[in-house]
Amino acid sequence: MRLTDEEKRMLDGIEGPAVAAAMDLLVRYGEALDCEHLCDVRNVAGTMTQPSPVKARLVTEGGWDKAFAVINLDCDDDLEIPPMRVATCQLQHGFGADAAGDVPYPAQLIELQGDAEAFYGRHGVNILATCTPYQVGNIPVRGEHCAWMESSAVIYANSVLGARTNCEGTASTGAASLTGKVPCWGNHLDDHRYGTHLIDAGVRVDDFAEWGMLGYFAGGLAGEERPVITGDIGRPDLAELKHFGAAAATSGGVELYHIPGITPEAPTEAAAFGPAPVPAAVRYGADQRRTVYEDLNSQGTSTDVDFVLLGCPHASVDQIRQAARALDGRRLSPGTELWLMVPRALKVIADRSGCTEIIERAGGKVLADSCPAMSRVAPVGTRVFATDSAKQAHYLPAILGIEAWFGTLGECVDAAVTGRWSGHLRQHADLR
Amino acid sequence: MTRRSAVTWRSPVVILRGRKVVPGTVAGPALVSHEAISGWGGIDPAKGLIIEPRHELFGQCFTGKILVFPGAKGSSGWSGFFQAARLMGTAPAGMIFTRVSTKAALGAVVTRVPAVTDLDADPCQVISTGDWVHIDADRGVVVVTPATVA
Repeated sequence: MRLTDEEKRMLDGIEGPAVAAAMDLLVRYGEALDCEHLCDVRNVAGTMTQPSPVKARLVTEGGWDKAFAVINLDCDDDLEIPPMRVATCQLQHGFGADAAGDVPYPAQLIELQGDAEAFYGRHGVNILATCTPYQVGNIPVRGEHCAWMESSAVIYANSVLGARTNCEGTASTGAASLTGKVPCWGNHLDDHRYGTHLIDAGVRVDDFAEWGMLGYFAGGLAGEERPVITGDIGRPDLAELKHFGAAAATSGGVELYHIPGITPEAPTEAAAFGPAPVPAAVRYGADQRRTVYEDLNSQGTSTDVDFVLLGCPHASVDQIRQAARALDGRRLSPGTELWLMVPRALKVIADRSGCTEIIERAGGKVLADSCPAMSRVAPVGTRVFATDSAKQAHYLPAILGIEAWFGTLGECVDAAVTGRWSGHLRQHADLR
Repeated sequence: MTRRSAVTWRSPVVILRGRKVVPGTVAGPALVSHEAISGWGGIDPAKGLIIEPRHELFGQCFTGKILVFPGAKGSSGWSGFFQAARLMGTAPAGMIFTRVSTKAALGAVVTRVPAVTDLDADPCQVISTGDWVHIDADRGVVVVTPATVA
């Protein structure tokens, strides 16, 4: 790798051993990518506070400095961690103290995370505690180079905002936070931002569930490449694009997509593909839609639903309102819990706007900071869960060993009220 | 691109050439996936197991194996989970993959095991689970001895 004089000084330890360790990791990582140089970043979204068994052990051995060195810099030396050099935020993590009693999350993990928040807050980390930093004030501008983790946030930043970030990891974001540098590779480069696959939606994609299914299809088709979406898709809103991206980053590894006329780097279909010819379209029709639906629902056999999970990625203000409307005046089945995951900053709005009260009166819970996948907890005794999130339907059976149903918000709320899953694929005629 | 180097019909040993991802040399039995692997939500770092229910390697242990796979998929927690596997003593001994991504590259770096990519034949087709695989990452050379010969 070619380093600038500034980067060489960092590597040589002029700015201290922690910055040197950060630069060493970036050089090892850049060489692994066969990347020639680093680029400047001023916006880092990573994870430092999330409790884990390894982290708890390292903190016991050497405090949070040790945990950051080993996990966030991949360095075994005892280092004193300096303040973050560039703006850095903490993504979603475990549950906080206000969730104690509401969720079966161990008290020692709440305490460990509280300690972490204090340490990292002092070192300049903003505790956004959400997988959707772009919903709560961290909205990079078009073309801004970032170092973000969280696949659903990365795909949103690249595609919807036109920012430039690879899908970074715990160590690369840690190193970026102390150096303001990251390998200039992949999504940072113009040539790697053009579309690779064209998907033509021949069925109407017009709500949250439909956008999730189309995303799951797109990820399965494009893998780690860049799908371009056309067809009968209307004008998606924030929540629909959030779900589409999360699903595409789950079934595949999509980090960037284009929707001609809607996303900023694709004013036209031809522009989405840059200098390359527009490829033949792959059809997303009724058959493909049914296959996706059946795939997402292949991990459920029992229709007795113990648990309903909404808000993955963390719910928008509109989604919180929709959940409150769907639950207003109803009462959950005694054997079923409903959790709505939200960014803490939006929970304040839900509280002030009366949504939290409506949801709690029905027996549901509005929870911040985390999700069942991050915290690895669900209500005690959960065997079968239902969700409106393709991402949670995909991951939770593996993480918690439970059965999954995927459907619409309405079907999920009905399941919470009746304790039974009765979802089905809405008839949707092929338009062409 | 799909040429096999230094292979003749007489030689059961296959040599692949590519480039270093993480330096070092190592040898071990191969565990081959034909599907991309998820880290977070796909492996259990405490046990060294693939835990994605619909994955072809569901329930298989990668500890001490040369993990051969086409690419990394899913969460950005990929590298962190393989790093955790190293810290818990369950990591694979080496990695060979096809598609370079930030997840796979950083994952190999923080797993701190010899790793190669950009090979001159598809390692997921050439190598079978149980084959004995030697990686010399600095030279970018992989030597595969089929299980039936080893």
